[in-house]
Amino acid sequence: MGKYNTQKAYRKPLIKRRKPNRSVGGDIGIYFVLFLFAIAMVFPLVFAVSSALKPLDELFRFPPTIFARNPSFDNFSDLFVTMSKSWVTFSRYVFNTIFSTVVGTVGHIMLASLAAFVLAKYDFPGGKTFFTIVVTALMFSGYVTGIPNYIILSKLHMIDSYWAIIVPAFAAPMGLFLMKQFMEGIPMSLIEAAKLDGAGIGRIFLTIILPLVKPAWLTLMIFDIQALWNADAKMYIYSEEKKMLTYALQQISSGNLIARTGQTAAVMVVTMVIPILAFVLSESQVLETMASSGLKD
Amino acid sequence: MKEYLRKYFILRKHNASVMWKKARINKMCYLFLAPYAILFFAFYILPVCSSIVLSFTDYNILEAPSFVGVKNYLNLILQDDVFLIGVKNTFLIAVITGPLGYIMAFLFAWLINELPRWLRTIAVIVFYAPSIAGNVYQIFTIFFRGDAYGYVNAFLTEWGFIDGPKLWLTDPAYMLPICMIVILWMSLGTGFLSFVAGLQGVDKSLFEAGYVDGIKNRWQELWYITLPSMKPMLLFGAVMAITNSFSVCNQTMALCGYPSTDYAARTVVTHLFDYGFSRFEMGYASAIATMLFLVMILCKKFVTNILQRVGT
Repeated sequence: MGKYNTQKAYRKPLIKRRKPNRSVGGDIGIYFVLFLFAIAMVFPLVFAVSSALKPLDELFRFPPTIFARNPSFDNFSDLFVTMSKSWVTFSRYVFNTIFSTVVGTVGHIMLASLAAFVLAKYDFPGGKTFFTIVVTALMFSGYVTGIPNYIILSKLHMIDSYWAIIVPAFAAPMGLFLMKQFMEGIPMSLIEAAKLDGAGIGRIFLTIILPLVKPAWLTLMIFDIQALWNADAKMYIYSEEKKMLTYALQQISSGNLIARTGQTAAVMVVTMVIPILAFVLSESQVLETMASSGLKD
Repeated sequence: MKEYLRKYFILRKHNASVMWKKARINKMCYLFLAPYAILFFAFYILPVCSSIVLSFTDYNILEAPSFVGVKNYLNLILQDDVFLIGVKNTFLIAVITGPLGYIMAFLFAWLINELPRWLRTIAVIVFYAPSIAGNVYQIFTIFFRGDAYGYVNAFLTEWGFIDGPKLWLTDPAYMLPICMIVILWMSLGTGFLSFVAGLQGVDKSLFEAGYVDGIKNRWQELWYITLPSMKPMLLFGAVMAITNSFSVCNQTMALCGYPSTDYAARTVVTHLFDYGFSRFEMGYASAIATMLFLVMILCKKFVTNILQRVGT
């Protein structure tokens, strides 16, 4: 370490000093294996994209080519043709998905940050217990709660409306959990100082906490988009004009997977591109939030 | 004894009044918490509680539930052969893909940790993408198609490994392994992100101290320094892994069909879906849900105990 401290501050060493307890052979071996795994992980995704771009004569060629030779958007335009045969217009499906994604995300972030703030920064009776329950609820998968949820939603007359997707998403435990863990990292002294200056709890929340938790907002947004964009809600919504985009698309591909291989691949691309793109754009913020995701026992 | 009891009650009374005062001072807190808490109880706690209650009844949504005691549970265990297949499959899937996916997530996160930043970003995206890519796992139905045109069949025949096409997704012998491959492919999810972020946050001076104390190679460093400082993330990742591996059903339903040949790819959740949303026997389905939930809680306790021993 000492050797590098004497270097001028503005000249970073070209190659970082290797850690002393690493063998070169091990490094090469590990990164080679890692590379192979990375290829294997990404191959199905790449294949889906290239299938979507292949014209019909290339789709059934053997041996298959990984990349399309004459890429075309025929499959996507076919998809729109098929979709437009339905009496519900394509734009309606898009609207359904975007509407429930946006409303669900905004509501969830608002409610979760309100609750997370008091749970993280104030000591009041019941707060800790509540958080423990939320952590346990991380383990409820959608199917375990699905049946009673259906009954509750139908008692509230929310079946077959957007609210069946949106309102449960407001209370998703993962968002509260991440938000609370992230807020714990904000120094208490900031809040004490604001209190001395005469700010009330609402003011502290709006002017101090909210601007500081932007990475957590973004992370919640990404997770919500992933969840809601892919939510087909086939248990709760049956009117054709209220179906989500992914559900409508799945109906196309589920009919005949082989005959519509190209269109199915196009459907896959449409459904995967939004969540992946959202993640790529906000990767560093998401990781910053996840750094505080640890569970203390 | 009487004196002791009296003191005890005074203490409790005092505690209660302190609590009450605290609650009064912080009454704004409850206002902040209320909107979330109400919805959370309505859509997460109430369903679980009512699921437990409904599991002791016979309920088909149209008629009022009628109490039947533990009949649902007895039927599940003693009479429902398909449920037992589901339990066996879920158990196999959970035992194999759960730990394997968990270890894979940590190992990859740890191995990419020392890469330069731009390369690490790409690696995170590559490894994380399959788990958020929606229903792209259906591409595997094209790979594993049962006729001679399926790519796996075609290549294996061409290279002389098999004589004729295998029915990968309809033959019970191959269904589960293929589902497991697909599940493993998708298993680097939220837990993986938590690991990547946690590894970045491990105190660097601990490593320096490790060199001085004579840690010889990366494996020792992993066991004695990295893992112990990652415990909270490890627990979080474990919770995610348990949840995912016990609630498998989308992949098996999409790949092997619903219902699958001889119910060979049936999982507990598929069974729950079948009774809850196809046959509307809500009481019976609730019993399945309750059992699944109990197993998950027990499993979490078990994993927590194991994680306590890490690094010692």
